[in-house]
Amino acid sequence: MRRRLAVWHLLGPSLLVVAVAAVGTTTSPTIQFQVRSVLVTAAIVVSLYVFVGNSGVISFGHVSFVAVGAFAAGIASAPAEVKPSTFPKMLPFLANLEIGNVESLLLAALVGAIYAFWVGIPLMRLSGLSAGIATFAVLIITHNVIRNWEAIGPGAKTLALVPPTTGFLQATVGLLIVMAIAYGYQRSRWGRRLRATREDPLAAQASGIEVHRERLIAFTLSGALAGFAGGLFVHLLGSITTEQVFLDLTFVTLAMLVVGGIGSMWGALIGALFIAGLNAFLVELEKGVVLGARELDLPSGTRLLTLGVIMFVVLVTRPEGLTGGRELSWPIRRRRRV
Amino acid sequence: MIYLQAFVDAVALGTLFALVAMGIGLVFGVIRLVNFAHGELLTAGAYALLFTKGMPLPVRIVVSLAVVVALSALMEFIYRPLRTVSPATVLIATFAVSFLLQNAALLAFGTQGENVEFLTELNTAFVVGGLRIRWITVVGLVVGGLTLAATGWVLRRTDAGLQMRAAAADVQMARLLGVPVRRVVVMAFLVAGLLAGIVTLVLAVQRPLITPTFGFQVMIPALVGVVVGGLDRLVPAALGGFAVGFATVMLSSILPGAQRVFLNTVLFVLVITILLLKPDGLFVGRRRAVERV
Repeated sequence: MRRRLAVWHLLGPSLLVVAVAAVGTTTSPTIQFQVRSVLVTAAIVVSLYVFVGNSGVISFGHVSFVAVGAFAAGIASAPAEVKPSTFPKMLPFLANLEIGNVESLLLAALVGAIYAFWVGIPLMRLSGLSAGIATFAVLIITHNVIRNWEAIGPGAKTLALVPPTTGFLQATVGLLIVMAIAYGYQRSRWGRRLRATREDPLAAQASGIEVHRERLIAFTLSGALAGFAGGLFVHLLGSITTEQVFLDLTFVTLAMLVVGGIGSMWGALIGALFIAGLNAFLVELEKGVVLGARELDLPSGTRLLTLGVIMFVVLVTRPEGLTGGRELSWPIRRRRRV
Repeated sequence: MIYLQAFVDAVALGTLFALVAMGIGLVFGVIRLVNFAHGELLTAGAYALLFTKGMPLPVRIVVSLAVVVALSALMEFIYRPLRTVSPATVLIATFAVSFLLQNAALLAFGTQGENVEFLTELNTAFVVGGLRIRWITVVGLVVGGLTLAATGWVLRRTDAGLQMRAAAADVQMARLLGVPVRRVVVMAFLVAGLLAGIVTLVLAVQRPLITPTFGFQVMIPALVGVVVGGLDRLVPAALGGFAVGFATVMLSSILPGAQRVFLNTVLFVLVITILLLKPDGLFVGRRRAVERV
């Protein structure tokens, strides 16, 4: 039973993802794009969960790794013919680089991991609100540097002409890879040690667990996955600015994690699907939708307002999140042994 | 001379951030809740000033203060169910409220912004020894100093303040000793609201363009300041807010022109450094030897 449950905890959510993607392919092109962006957002949230969920330390800085991954993949895969003229100050090495889709995603993961590792070495000593503010500082610095250092980034311009390769297949497979790695980590000895430090840091230390090292491992892995998700993101959009991977995305992804339930991968996935799905639905409503005989047309801005209300109501009525921080339970109840 | 001028401007911004930081620190001290929506109190007060444009000055001030204090009390009410949940959830929930209020303002008033025309005469400058000093800088300093002193007096010398500090130290113990914790929490929010109201008045003179992110823009650096300074004490929190405002202006005058765009990088590298060296807060003395992990 335990082994079966362990498989189910990964298989169940994966089936849900495949189902969402399958239903998504049957819809109209605009909704298809929404569904794909829901899947990519879910990948970002699961990568955030790997660190935040397992360590219990809030990070406001994960979108920096998404940003670094997105720009690494985007710049490396945008056509070399146009880059030198669009971005005259960019390093010749980067401007003349043009690599394929899969290579760019791997590059994104690598850059995310390296960046997270170096940032994590000093930062993982902090906890609580100090950690929150320090990771927030990382976000501000990353944004500031990518936006203004034109040798390595697009500056204030839009990075365009990135091959839009994140179709349904890439979004789904990408998300499934992120989930599999997240789940594998969570069940590994490193994952369990980190979870022990989350429950009681002092007791965990007394049992011989090095808190700093365990957190650093999770932070680096989480950075790699976030970078990879950033790569998926830039290939989904085809063009990107530094503002798209900054404050709004940070708070939205954190909210998804908390609304779903911070302590489980199932929670991360459900929160992302629930809020991103709702968001996509409201986007369509704002454009105007025919419901039966009447046309429903919400004024723009209602979307964010509704999201705010729903987020707050969920947190007040279910403070542990929609899933209560538990993994997906076995659908059929076991018969009680007499 | 340039540096002296920058110094004056730095003190002005620092004072403002200190007042915001004090409001955030007060609420955190009593119920361990970082109110992300604190900035929206300022925004609400600013819109109140905007709607009373053309009315007599005392009316505008009173209406604005009343709106801010009332909203603060309302926040206390809607935050009640959060009393028993984990800090992460609280953080996100108060952020949701901030997000909600900002978007409500956006929906109602648009992004354009409007000039509030509040005490514009205070925005003019006088010249002392080659320095241009705006009247509002002086007023802000005086008001800020007085408010800080008054809040300190309330906390130290009145029964209500004593109860607030008791609740801040240990809620369970305070409750056992007969402190009406519920009333104390309401009180903390009312005082924080009053502080926010006062900041709004000063800020509306300095930055007369009122937009939905009027308060949020000030709240974020002030919150950083609170954490850098030391979260659970009022004076360190206020000093932290001051330090962030002061450093922002001084850095932008010290950095050479081409590097000025990297102001935020320098500022936040400093923030990280301070957090690593003094995770309890820059302005908090040596405290109990509890293991931090």
